[in-house]
Amino acid sequence: MALLDVRGLTVEFATRAGPFRAVEGVDVTVDAGETLAIVGESGSGKSVAMLAVMGLLPWNAKVTAERIEFDGRDLRALSPRERRALVGKDLAMIFQEPMSALNPCFTVGFQIAEALSAHGAARGAEARKRAVALLAEVGIPEPEARARAFPHQMSGGMCQRAMIAMAIALRPKLLIADEPTTALDVTVQAQILDLLKRLRAETGMALVLVTHDMGVVAETADRVVVQYAGRRAEGNAAAALFAAPRHPYTAALLDALPERATGERLAAIPGAVPGPSEPRLPCAFAPRCPRAQDVCRTQAPPRASTGGEGYVHCHFPLPAPAGERAA
Amino acid sequence: MVERPRSPWADALAAFAENRGAVLALAILALIALAGIFAPFVAPHSPLDQFRDAVAAPPAFAPGGSWRFPLGTDGVGRDQLSRVLWGARISLFIGFSVAAATVLTGAALGLATAAIGGWFDGLVMRMMDIVLAVPSLVLAILIVAIVGPSLANTILAIAIVYLPRFVRVSRAAALSELSKDYVTAARAMGASKVRLMLRTVLPNATAPILVVAALGVSDAIIEAAGLGFLGLGAQPPTPEWGAMLADSRDFLRADPWMVAAPGIAILVTVLAINIAGDGLRDALDPKLRRS
Repeated sequence: MALLDVRGLTVEFATRAGPFRAVEGVDVTVDAGETLAIVGESGSGKSVAMLAVMGLLPWNAKVTAERIEFDGRDLRALSPRERRALVGKDLAMIFQEPMSALNPCFTVGFQIAEALSAHGAARGAEARKRAVALLAEVGIPEPEARARAFPHQMSGGMCQRAMIAMAIALRPKLLIADEPTTALDVTVQAQILDLLKRLRAETGMALVLVTHDMGVVAETADRVVVQYAGRRAEGNAAAALFAAPRHPYTAALLDALPERATGERLAAIPGAVPGPSEPRLPCAFAPRCPRAQDVCRTQAPPRASTGGEGYVHCHFPLPAPAGERAA
Repeated sequence: MVERPRSPWADALAAFAENRGAVLALAILALIALAGIFAPFVAPHSPLDQFRDAVAAPPAFAPGGSWRFPLGTDGVGRDQLSRVLWGARISLFIGFSVAAATVLTGAALGLATAAIGGWFDGLVMRMMDIVLAVPSLVLAILIVAIVGPSLANTILAIAIVYLPRFVRVSRAAALSELSKDYVTAARAMGASKVRLMLRTVLPNATAPILVVAALGVSDAIIEAAGLGFLGLGAQPPTPEWGAMLADSRDFLRADPWMVAAPGIAILVTVLAINIAGDGLRDALDPKLRRS
């Protein structure tokens, strides 16, 4: 049974211009101990979907789903008290901006100790000792001194490590990392990803990595879900997806990687993600898609299996490589 | 490597210490406060004793004055210096108790409106708008007229009049903090609404609340003096600065120094609080701080 099982997740924001669907019919399943990457451009509804799972959306968001289950429990049926006991303990999240995700008024060590004591794991001196041990675990040098530092005295990478220390303080079963490396520079990015990989291996937690960086995905993920304009585009095992993207959007994302560039110029995807006020076509990607035909603008693309656990939502998916078609 | 992390409050203290005017104002304020606290010991006479042999005596430095009454006496022969010193006690007590009362209730209401929102927010804020719509002194007079003039009722009336600005400031500060990432992060760690408001938001919203509180002390003192002047504040024979002004008003032509003593006391106290309060604001706002 999947650790996190989300089916048909739809999130609507009540805006002045009427309801805006940021997420539409998205499925997310994560098994214990695996790493799932959710990929898409900015504005694809990746973060919103995860915030909906955590119950962190503002009041003007309406969340509907066929199923939102974590560890066999329906997250929608939980009372606020039950949800608070679960969130932060078994289900933790880290954010994009480490510098602003820590409370500027308190020392880092105090905040980690507070997370421990809030969930009844440790109190007082014991909690402080464990906070220092956690800082050491996430690779912060001089953890005793750092525990007494305020967030503004640390670098972005340090803050992100401290956030991770706080998130893994209670040994969560699932850690949702919402673009954990976007605000960091490239060398620090690699360190943070290595840290997340190491922690996953050591603690056996599952990891959901929300990102728009295909390079990050290639390095860490077991499985990948590609999302566009709040809808699923394609999902597959990471290796298969990279070897043979079936959705034109996935292919375009991969072609945009500098590592894969062949000509003088980088391959870019023309156009932009539709904004909240723009109408959505049945296939949201159609206006930017090189393979789009009339049917893409009138009918929603069907779901097609691409072998194994892979699927694609497209009228005209890219052909599978010859070897696989025969198999 | 930071060897000695400084808290934001230590930074603010250091910034305050650099502001000479503010430090001087704070020193003067401390002197006034000490004079008020130790009035029974430093005042040469009782503030209530009437020296019938020296009614409306001029101050020591004026012709005909004596050092028996350094600032002269009032219309019934009470020592002005003693009354001004005792008056400091009353004025500062009013100022700080109004500030304390309004900070506590204002911050509580402000945080509650920010946290609950919806109809509760609307109800409380509209009530505050109503209070703000009436001129403050008129409203204070109205409240005192209803509950009766006394020192405690003066404090109550002024606290009600000055409550809205605290509610507004703490609500605005709380709302702006609530939208920040670390609040979301705290929620992601399973923080309850109460913990979120008190442990996460309030410490980050204290700076603006403290500044308004500091400036509110001086407004409360002026308001109390105004009520006292109108005979609706502390009742005679209490040595209250506003009431002293009112008493000496009849002597304005003949003995102008009689008005000067309480008047200058109010001026210096309010000025000191305002300058110290400005210094506090500059120290707490990193944008205004010299780096």
